[in-house]
Amino acid sequence: MGRDLAVIATLFLKASSLQRKRAMLTVAAIAWGTVAIVMLLAFGEGLRHQLMKGQRGMGENIAVWWPGETSKVWEGLPEGRPVRPILDDIGYLRGRITAASGVIGELTSWSSSLSWGTTTITGRVTGANWEYGEMRHHFAQAGGRFFNANDEREKRRVIFLGDELAKDTFGEADPVGETMFVDRIPYLVIGVLEHKMQMGTYKGPDANGSVIPITTFSAQFGTQRLNNIVFKARTAEDMPLARQQFNEALAAKYRFDPTDEQVTGLWDTVEFGKVMAKIMIGLQAFLGIIGGLTLLVGGIGVANIMYAVVKEKTREIGVQMAVGAHRGWITGPFVLQGMTYTLLGGAFGLLIAVILIMLVRLVPVEGNQALEFLGKPTLSVEIAVATAALLGFIGIIAGYFPARRAASVDPAETLRYE
Amino acid sequence: MNWPLKKKTNGDGTSNGHIIEMLGITKVYNTGKIKVEALKGIELVVDKGEFVAVVGPSGSGKSTLLNLIGCLDTPTGGSYMIGGEAVAGLDRDALADVRNRRVGFVFQNFNLLPQLTALENVELPMLFGGVGRRERRRRAVEHLERVRLGDRVEHRPTELSGGQMQRVAIARALAMEPDIVLADEPTGNLDTGSGSDVMSLLSELWGQGRTLVVVTHDQTLAKRAGRIVEIRDGLVVTDRRAVA
Ligand SMILES: Nc1ncnc2c1ncn2[C@@H]1O[C@H](COP(=O)(O)OP(=O)(O)O)[C@@H](O)[C@H]1O
Ligand SMILES: [Mg+2]
Repeated sequence: MGRDLAVIATLFLKASSLQRKRAMLTVAAIAWGTVAIVMLLAFGEGLRHQLMKGQRGMGENIAVWWPGETSKVWEGLPEGRPVRPILDDIGYLRGRITAASGVIGELTSWSSSLSWGTTTITGRVTGANWEYGEMRHHFAQAGGRFFNANDEREKRRVIFLGDELAKDTFGEADPVGETMFVDRIPYLVIGVLEHKMQMGTYKGPDANGSVIPITTFSAQFGTQRLNNIVFKARTAEDMPLARQQFNEALAAKYRFDPTDEQVTGLWDTVEFGKVMAKIMIGLQAFLGIIGGLTLLVGGIGVANIMYAVVKEKTREIGVQMAVGAHRGWITGPFVLQGMTYTLLGGAFGLLIAVILIMLVRLVPVEGNQALEFLGKPTLSVEIAVATAALLGFIGIIAGYFPARRAASVDPAETLRYE
Repeated sequence: MNWPLKKKTNGDGTSNGHIIEMLGITKVYNTGKIKVEALKGIELVVDKGEFVAVVGPSGSGKSTLLNLIGCLDTPTGGSYMIGGEAVAGLDRDALADVRNRRVGFVFQNFNLLPQLTALENVELPMLFGGVGRRERRRRAVEHLERVRLGDRVEHRPTELSGGQMQRVAIARALAMEPDIVLADEPTGNLDTGSGSDVMSLLSELWGQGRTLVVVTHDQTLAKRAGRIVEIRDGLVVTDRRAVA
């Protein structure tokens, strides 16, 4: 074995290199294929990252429920009855849904007039329990805060603004500490939403809304009927149990069939995240296949050139056989050569791709929704390993088949002289 | 690495002194449409140290015979023993080892590797024969000196004349100290001067006790041989030994 390698290495080093131009074209083709596959996968990976981040923007392991009507007869009660829980039910639900780390209610005013100074806009106001801040990822920019348990208990008139809404109302001014009016009632602005990626929404982006304590909301708008209930499972694995407990608790209170999906249907972000992850895997596979095919074309180019070399060197191969070369000593240098071109092209391609990725990542993307998702191509270890493995495989194939033809040379036939 | 054909230890490398023993050798080239029966039953026994000239008209099967002797090709029928060992049934790598150890080829068109120097060309069989780097180099230089090319070791084939190239080829053929040197019209591509140089070299080899089989049209070279085998139409028609 050691001797075989020594012979192959000696012959490989002695072999004159291909014409420079052809070699460069081949290396370029492989480099291009490598750039294609790495860039495609890196964009896919970046997209996946951003989507996952955007998905978390609404909150993690949460489920969002809307009021509904029963669609099944239950204990003698007819179908078509509305189920509309009220603010006081939240405490009851908290006691029953042990698999949840939080349960909150939401009251919504879709179009309230919001004004500050001479500016008045029409916007969304949500009344929520104070735990909403953590659960729904409403984190405040520096200098501000979300409302707390005291605010809720005392029914304080404090308001937390979405960053877009804040900009629309206050322009460049700092809203925190200012007094603004919600349907002509004065509120103290206590915080502005830190900009975040948000994929899912059930009432519009958080950036465009505002939130006040649910008790304050109830007092001002005179309503108890919840527009949404949101609960957060302790872990992703706890979500099915939390949902079951939620269904049973609500069904017991409002007397409907706990399997009545018309009522219990909700948005389970854990489930949704799994579907998203599957879609992303499919997308990555698709991009990988496209990139892989590009690389394969480069590999075919290498194999082609190697075939040409074998053809050119047929007589030399015959001579080597005549003086005692084993098959492996004939094929080895060709496989090595194919590998060398492929790996050289791959190394170049990888370098170019890394530079391109770094350049793309330098482009500012803040504020542009589309770019925010696409503008962060990410090179992962998995991508690097997959690309390297594919390159190695193509290199071996590109060298192997031409080498096999070299080994099948018939020395007597080749060296015949007429 | 195992060498299937180890030399035996009784001095001449064979049990009975026959280095080549061909019985009823046939060779049919099957080129798809037509079959060419190049050899039709060759009987040929060559002893160690003989100098055999193979003569005959073009197309009579001389090169085919030489290729079979050198294990560059395998016969269609008949039995062939080289140095007392049967060749039938050996795989390609084993045949390569036989060629490497027992046979040195000299071709009409030299067949040197163009990108290698004279020295490297002579080293090639030793590379395949498992000779170490230093030893390879030392022996290659020695062989080149013996063919009077000690001052051309670093030259490439394109920088050598025809006669010089053929002398490199002879040095290469001798590199592994083979039992048999086979030459197929070695002077066919040379002018008279270089041709007679090459002929003298070959005769010298014989003088040193090597077995030599040479295909030639050259009457003078043929006359130097101790034995002349004439082939016609794939058969040995005459086999004359010079009277000592
Ligand atoms: N590889 C081959 N394929 C087909 N026919 C061949 C091949 N080699 C030799 N022949 C044929 O076999 C016959 C003998 O050829 P060869 O041994 O080269 O003769 P010589 O060397 O005496 O001129 C010729 O008819 C030739 O055409
Ligand atoms: Mg011939």
